[in-house]
Amino acid sequence: MPPLTPPKSGDALFASVDRVNAELFTLTYGAMVRQLLTDLEEVEEVNKQLDQMGYNIGTRLVDEFLAKSNVSRCVDFKETADVIAKLGFKMFLGVTANVTNWDAEGTSCSFVLEDNPLVDFVELPDTCQGLQYCNVLSGVIRGALEMVSMKTEVTWVRDMLRGDDAYEMRVKLIKQVPEEYPYKDDD
Amino acid sequence: MIGVGKTKQYASVLDKPLSRGRQEVSLSAFAFLFSELVQYNQTQVDNIAELERRLEDAGYAVGARVLELLCHREKVADSLEKGTEHEDEYMISEKELLVNRFISVPKDMGAFNCGAFVAGIVKGVLDNSGFPAVVTAHFVPIEGQHRPRTTILIKFAEEVLHREARLG
Repeated sequence: MPPLTPPKSGDALFASVDRVNAELFTLTYGAMVRQLLTDLEEVEEVNKQLDQMGYNIGTRLVDEFLAKSNVSRCVDFKETADVIAKLGFKMFLGVTANVTNWDAEGTSCSFVLEDNPLVDFVELPDTCQGLQYCNVLSGVIRGALEMVSMKTEVTWVRDMLRGDDAYEMRVKLIKQVPEEYPYKDDD
Repeated sequence: MIGVGKTKQYASVLDKPLSRGRQEVSLSAFAFLFSELVQYNQTQVDNIAELERRLEDAGYAVGARVLELLCHREKVADSLEKGTEHEDEYMISEKELLVNRFISVPKDMGAFNCGAFVAGIVKGVLDNSGFPAVVTAHFVPIEGQHRPRTTILIKFAEEVLHREARLG
């Protein structure tokens, strides 16, 4: 057993990882969205592709998160949401989210982003009003949670690019998938 | 820029104050994103040259928007050399280029270099500041090291050299 180390604070976690200029990240994402729009033409298709890319990222990113953050198993979905908002967002994007609007069952909540590094310099032209520009983020959450046995549905309910007053995504826990033991070596 | 719970609405993105430009995100966030960019573009092409061209295009879009080599803003490149054989060639070399750090190229993809993206950024910057150039990324093996370094080769257009010569 490795010695137990307490989980890091969000700030300490972000300070401990290698970082790059946020504008490089923002502009690269923008360039990618532009490529998708040119190639796929349909805004709906772009939304799907962004979500899929996010999902792919999420499934890989969760490993790094668990390895570096020292968080232990969360007791419930509420704790999971808090960890994502305060540590997950912080470790990768350097920002935090607020968790609000819990339903009575404690299975769905909202992440409200105070700051969103994806959207600097962005404005949706009239032809792209249906674009869910930040769909990659919701895909990441869905992919990452799936890797820790939680099936979720993640949707955007508020988007400043579409005139809302904040960025808010709704995360709904569909079901907990029981982990299967023993793992097969060759999986 | 954005206060807690209170967010100012701007009529247009151009009305927003320009961000301070010192914010950072994690390198892995960028690496994950870049990896998706490469994988997606792989599905859109059937040869390596085309893949590099598409990455260069994406990079160009970035370069044109910043007119600054963002990757290198806080860090000087490992070396900038003038080509010895040709007057019009400059080289920027990095031992481990940011975009290649987490990339290993499968054998069947030959000399594919993700540095094409950075070459695109450089070209975007140069073109838009009045120094048209052909910019390409190359792996250069270094003796005694497992990983080759990446050299960004800048070949300025003839008109640039003429102009520089005139301006003395």
